[in-house]
Amino acid sequence: MADDQISIRVCLGTSGKASGGEKVLTLFKMHIERLHLDARVGTRCSVKKVGCRGLCSRDVLVDVIINGEHTTYQNVTPSMVERIVKEHLLEGNPVDEWTVKEDYAEFTSRQYKIVLGPCGVIDPENIDDYLKMNGYRALKKALTRMTPEDVIEEVKRSGLRGRGGSGFLTGLKWEICRAQKEKTRYIICNVGEVNRALAEGNPHAIIEGLIIGGYAIGASQGYIFIRERYHLSVERLRNAIAQAQERGFLGENIFGSGFNFNIEFSFGTEAFICGEETALMETIEGKRAMPRLRPPYPAEKGLWGKPTIINNAETFSNIPIIIGKGAVWFSSIGTEHSKGTKVFTLSGKVRNNGLVEVPMGISFRTIVYGIGGGIEEDRRLKAIQVGGPSGGLIPESMIDMGLDYENLLKVGSIIGSGGMVVFDETDCIVSVARFFLEFLQRESCGKCVPCRLGTTRMLELLTKITEGRGSMKDIEALERLSAIMSTASLCGLGRTAPNPVITSLTHFREEYLAHIKEKRCPAGVCKALITYTILEDLCKGCGVCLRRCPAGAITGERKMPHSINQALCVKCGVCFEACKFKAIKKE
Amino acid sequence: MPETSLTKKMVRCSINGVSVEVPEGTTILEAAKALGIYIPALCYHPKISITGACRVCLVEVDGAAVVSCATPVEEGMTVITNSPYVEELRKDIIDLILSDHPYDCMVCQKAGDCELQELAYLYQIRYPKFQGKKRMYKKRDGNPFIEREMEKCIQCGRCVKICDEVQGVGAIDFAYKGFDLKVCPPFEHDLDCEFCGQCVMVCPTGALVGKDWIARGRQMNIKKVDTVCPYCGCGCNITLHVRNNEVVRVTSSPDTFNEGYLCVKGRFGYKFINHPDRLKSPLIKRNGRFVEVSWDEALDYVAERFKEIKERYGPDALAGLSSARCTVEDNYLFQKFFRAAIGTNNIDHCARY
Repeated sequence: MADDQISIRVCLGTSGKASGGEKVLTLFKMHIERLHLDARVGTRCSVKKVGCRGLCSRDVLVDVIINGEHTTYQNVTPSMVERIVKEHLLEGNPVDEWTVKEDYAEFTSRQYKIVLGPCGVIDPENIDDYLKMNGYRALKKALTRMTPEDVIEEVKRSGLRGRGGSGFLTGLKWEICRAQKEKTRYIICNVGEVNRALAEGNPHAIIEGLIIGGYAIGASQGYIFIRERYHLSVERLRNAIAQAQERGFLGENIFGSGFNFNIEFSFGTEAFICGEETALMETIEGKRAMPRLRPPYPAEKGLWGKPTIINNAETFSNIPIIIGKGAVWFSSIGTEHSKGTKVFTLSGKVRNNGLVEVPMGISFRTIVYGIGGGIEEDRRLKAIQVGGPSGGLIPESMIDMGLDYENLLKVGSIIGSGGMVVFDETDCIVSVARFFLEFLQRESCGKCVPCRLGTTRMLELLTKITEGRGSMKDIEALERLSAIMSTASLCGLGRTAPNPVITSLTHFREEYLAHIKEKRCPAGVCKALITYTILEDLCKGCGVCLRRCPAGAITGERKMPHSINQALCVKCGVCFEACKFKAIKKE
Repeated sequence: MPETSLTKKMVRCSINGVSVEVPEGTTILEAAKALGIYIPALCYHPKISITGACRVCLVEVDGAAVVSCATPVEEGMTVITNSPYVEELRKDIIDLILSDHPYDCMVCQKAGDCELQELAYLYQIRYPKFQGKKRMYKKRDGNPFIEREMEKCIQCGRCVKICDEVQGVGAIDFAYKGFDLKVCPPFEHDLDCEFCGQCVMVCPTGALVGKDWIARGRQMNIKKVDTVCPYCGCGCNITLHVRNNEVVRVTSSPDTFNEGYLCVKGRFGYKFINHPDRLKSPLIKRNGRFVEVSWDEALDYVAERFKEIKERYGPDALAGLSSARCTVEDNYLFQKFFRAAIGTNNIDHCARY
């Protein structure tokens, strides 16, 4: 903050903690104290923990801000702290070899951080930091100067759509709920995988959004549904709730408006199905996580049979911004029908893996080659899987398309959980589809037939194809199963489960055919379809492969060409990697 | 105007071209039933809440497939229950169910009475086109009454719901998830409930059958005899399944006053009928041993002793204990006999204990 002339921010999200961030933070404090830095430099010096800023592979990230001048250090370990303090803080010379390079600027400059903005800047465990950034102003504005109908109207005008699942208009959903005769209503915030950075980096925004939502629909009880395993998120949200209660933002008669609101936690276990809102409500009610039939929709009859609104943490984080800055400002970002920004977990074969927030309508090319820094080793991009396991594969030919709800739907994908996995030419698409189906099959709740047995049979067919036992009939069966599942499944998860198969069959049919007809895996991934052989003229008989082979499949005299016993070979590829003479052929 | 229209709004729709008016909130499946149009369904059961899990009852509404068991009729709706589109979908869903079902109809107790078999027959699915792994369970349930062959279970959830919603016991529920979803008692222990057998009644397949029914006769070679349960004053209507003049199973029809529900005694307690230890004539103890006698002899003997006791010790030395297995008329006469003929108020009934 501006009143400290020297400010140090240490990333302490889950990843930062795992990389030793706590020790780095303690060491910074210790060295500053030991050197009496405040006195020697003649200014105040503060060290604080902040949430994740996205680029977790570079953790621990440390910002040093001296008189407004930003320097960011990457991969900071405890042993580096002393030198940074001495050279940079004391003498004013940044340690250039440890600072972030151009790709970091590339990663951050093309993003548009609205909800993730305060993450990495404020101390998530200190409400004053949030208040300094106009925190809870939107709540005050909503409660003291707006009617619930005004709030709904503002959210409707902003064009905000649910940041997860099917992307229903948030304001419209709230309006339907508000119009119900039943006066006991509930509002639920689902903190999913992709929302963890928000909960860890800026928990107060979620809580503020949730309270405003409760005011808008007329609920006095809010729930935060979160997996018990997300310890840090739970801890920071719990802390934030306690602080908000202390300051009177939660509880009875908030801001003297007569509006009461309380938040309770509900813990879930590791289950994909809990992302389905009706299954989530069943969980809160203490039942099995299985989706309910709709209609009635949750906004009419939800938790305990009362009108209920479920939005995820990212949607709620947008609310204070919309109320604070106005719907007009918000709707200036994005495309015609998709407003604002979206947080994605960018992963796979891009150079910069991490959490990114982009404006709607940005092209996939910008995400992969700009923010992502391109593909590792400059290999060719093959496809991007968007929307988590039940999203769809977008081929390289379509990457100039703008990212929004409509375009994704057109190509058979969804925004879903906000996953984005990049695949390159070394990835086998059939294996990729199989990988996602394996997850979906494992996570199917089993309630309805099309999903329970459809995912099982699909996985079996895909396994068959990757093992070289596929036939053209299997493609037909896959297509038929996709049609059954997408039309007849009970919930959205079952209906979207065949997406990876449908999209891969549409865009990468030739890869399936290569597996089936030629018994060949073009990317060289499917173990059953590759053979390793030793080229006799290149083999020097050094014995490295023989010693490394875990299956004892390689034999040969020293200094004589070796050979691989195919019956014993497990196709691990260790020999291929180990051979210095490139004498091992993979085909 | 029919009187119902005053209390409940009526909606009109057409099903397979036939127009029908039903109260608002009626599902497509129920409306079709009223018209005599059959829509197959495996998880739907009139006695329990809607599940919507089997997806067999799909029908076409405005070109889209919807589940008829859960979709209420809307004004002006056009429903087609047998278009090639839904028939194909339905067939493939049944096909999927059969792909994880043992092919042992030839030894299955339920054959001829099985809803899944009937659908396979209707849709002529000889071999499912989808093939793959099937669930296999080694452990057999050790309970005395209900055979639970979970390989045959199609996870429709009828048993879970009837146990919870109707019987109020909740002895079983789903465990595991996805392909491995399984209906079982807590911790997969042996079933230890009140064994009313309501779950057996609603099971559409051979997953739940009476242990004593097995290999004692299937539907095609039994005679059905309607009668009243002899166990208690409820007088549930039951149907005896008789093969070779022997009762091999007891059921109850859903259109009886007891709606087809029975208790453990009524449903499973029929084996005394042909039991060798069953008392068929009165016994009198002579010289320390019971001896079979005629009814006349027995009644004369009892009447004589009653008189003796009454004369010697007075009527209050006698007491009558009646049985719940008797009819109301029987019990009325019994107490009348004790009050008027014997002269005592010492009357009681086993149901009080």
